[in-house]
Amino acid sequence: MRIYPAKPKTVYFYGTCLVDMFDPEAGLDAISLLEQQGLEVIFIEKQTCCGQPAYSSGYTKEAKLVAQNQMDLFVDPWPVIVLSGSCGGMMHHHYRRLYQGDSAQATVEKFCNRVFELTEFLVNVCRIKLEDKGDATSVVMHTSCAARREMNVHVTATQLLNQLQNVELKIPAYESECCGFGGTFAVRHPHISQAMVEDKTRHLSETKAAVLVSADWGCLLNINGAFEYQGQSLKGRHIASFLLERIGGK
Amino acid sequence: MNHSSKGPEHFHSQAKAALGDPQLRQNFRGAMDYLQDKRKSAFHDPVEEEKIRDLSEAIRQRCLSKLPQLLELLDTNCTRNGIEVHWAENSDEANDIIARIAQRHEAKLIIKGKSMVSEEIELNHEMAKLGIECLESDMGEYIVQLDGDKPSHIIMPAIHKNKQEVSDTFEHHLDNFTPTLDVDELIQTGRTRLRQKFYDADIGLSGVNFAVAETGSLCLVENEGNGRMCTTVPKVHIAITGIEKVVEFLSDVPPLYSALTRSATGQAITTYFNIISSPRKSGERDGPLEVHLVLLDNGRTQAYQDADMRKTLQCIRCGACMNHCPVYTRVGGHAYGTVYPGPIGQIISPHLMGLDKTKELVTASSFCGACAEVCPVRIPIPDILQRLRTAAKNPPEADMIPMTGQASAASTLESLAMKGFAFAATTPTLYHAGTWSATKLKGLMPDNIGPWTQCRTSPKFADNTLHQLIKTRNKKKGETS
Ligand code: SF4
Repeated sequence: MRIYPAKPKTVYFYGTCLVDMFDPEAGLDAISLLEQQGLEVIFIEKQTCCGQPAYSSGYTKEAKLVAQNQMDLFVDPWPVIVLSGSCGGMMHHHYRRLYQGDSAQATVEKFCNRVFELTEFLVNVCRIKLEDKGDATSVVMHTSCAARREMNVHVTATQLLNQLQNVELKIPAYESECCGFGGTFAVRHPHISQAMVEDKTRHLSETKAAVLVSADWGCLLNINGAFEYQGQSLKGRHIASFLLERIGGK
Repeated sequence: MNHSSKGPEHFHSQAKAALGDPQLRQNFRGAMDYLQDKRKSAFHDPVEEEKIRDLSEAIRQRCLSKLPQLLELLDTNCTRNGIEVHWAENSDEANDIIARIAQRHEAKLIIKGKSMVSEEIELNHEMAKLGIECLESDMGEYIVQLDGDKPSHIIMPAIHKNKQEVSDTFEHHLDNFTPTLDVDELIQTGRTRLRQKFYDADIGLSGVNFAVAETGSLCLVENEGNGRMCTTVPKVHIAITGIEKVVEFLSDVPPLYSALTRSATGQAITTYFNIISSPRKSGERDGPLEVHLVLLDNGRTQAYQDADMRKTLQCIRCGACMNHCPVYTRVGGHAYGTVYPGPIGQIISPHLMGLDKTKELVTASSFCGACAEVCPVRIPIPDILQRLRTAAKNPPEADMIPMTGQASAASTLESLAMKGFAFAATTPTLYHAGTWSATKLKGLMPDNIGPWTQCRTSPKFADNTLHQLIKTRNKKKGETS
């Protein structure tokens, strides 16, 4: 179990490359959520990508280069809030692994311990209280496997949704099963990935929820792409945007 | 139907064929759902589950940390008990040892209990060449053997079949069989056909679940009773095991046994648990006159030499990782083309067969982590897979022992692309230029981007990147303050 620090005054914000390119609004919404908690949010202009694509493909050296470069950007001891569970997992868990036995190991560990996924941070550090101002609706959530198994943030995301009085949370069949994205997996093993995303989209739409939310843009690229291909109307959004909208912040 | 595959090099086509077989997919999904439920109810108390896993992991790590000494001790104590111990570096040596024992006894028929290691060395095939028949007596293995097939799961070899298909197999291969969908009747049929064979066989062969160094005993976990028959009725018993299966103390066995059966089939204990400590002693009325133990390496010491990979050897072969793997559930065991399929197969096969043959397998994971979440001995399977991917792509570092087939997946193009990625991700101006043009030129994004768009539309870039939006936002803020 992770021990959480007291609420700080300032945080760093890590948008992730997918949010940067595909859903920048979610980034702004997350910043608003954090600012509403009275935090000063610093976005380092030079941030790029956490290095996961190289890491998961077996290019450890390249991944380490990227990791070092990113870590160097966050010099002050503030928490780094990451907008995706899988990038959070990369920076919180795998950066450590990259530096196993390295002289920089202790410094890297310190950085890793400063990394938090957004929902985890809102619940466990900010102890946020949400006041739902929206109409009655239903929502289904998909959590990335890294978010679930490395960061345990399916719990915190659920806690946030449960705070919303007018939102009914639907649970899909095979809730914890992978959507079949897995970064390069979807391209290296397209047929298996297809079988997985087809099952995932079926289980999600079978809940008849009005909205799909996720804290991971990797999964959403996969799931939304499949929904659109199938001509379905359900469309996933980042949980930050959904939350901000519900509390009337938009 | 024979699902036998051509090997792990053909994973892609084998997986594709399996995905296109709706019956096969339904059989696997149903079976895996069932096994997942069973495991869940066996571990209904999460606190207890964590305790069992902690303990099991600790035992396996302790035993592996002294593996060479424990193997010596096992050899000494088995020998003292009258069990003859043989060491085999690879499959050929193991088959030779077994062939020599068989020939000494002029054996014509070997009756087998369940042993994945015997599959690993292709024992049946090798013995057939010498005119020795090997007959499987585990019900699943028996069905698979009738089909001329290979197991698709390590504890449930015929799980790819439903009862209709089993009935069809029996109808096809057994005389005087009336087709039935009654499972008890099907099992009874197999049992009756096998009964006499236990008496006819010259040799009984089994695997080993735990080999106890302290006492020189072999433990066998099973549900059907055929394992006990194989190891008691014929006058010679040969046990074969990978060298990693040794444990230090007899007291190490109960916790591992409990972790094994709960993880595998959700059972608290199995119907049979056999401890074999010696051949028949004078005055005893049953048991074999000779007991042999074959200890097989076959690439395991390669895994042993590396601190991360060594964890692979903690495995107690429960099958939980495959039961929970979304890839295995969809493609089934045969697609892997290896003796051990699924997540454990993906991390052990590179040591047994070389990375050159298995490089496709190590990429066949979305890193979802479901395997590690259930592994009773906490093998970090995705982390090990990540290491194997690195080894498949890159030559060994200066201080590392090379793996067989290391760097066989090295690709100049991909490596250049990854260097390019690292360069862009560490050069913000380049990265920004890239993401900026991606959003600006999104109209040029093709509708068809290879395999991605076979079931998805292509991703849509936003109008502006987050970097740009924040710049605008900060400017506005600056103006208003
Ligand atoms: S790797 Fe773990 S879960 Fe898989 S078979 Fe081995 S012990 Fe069981």
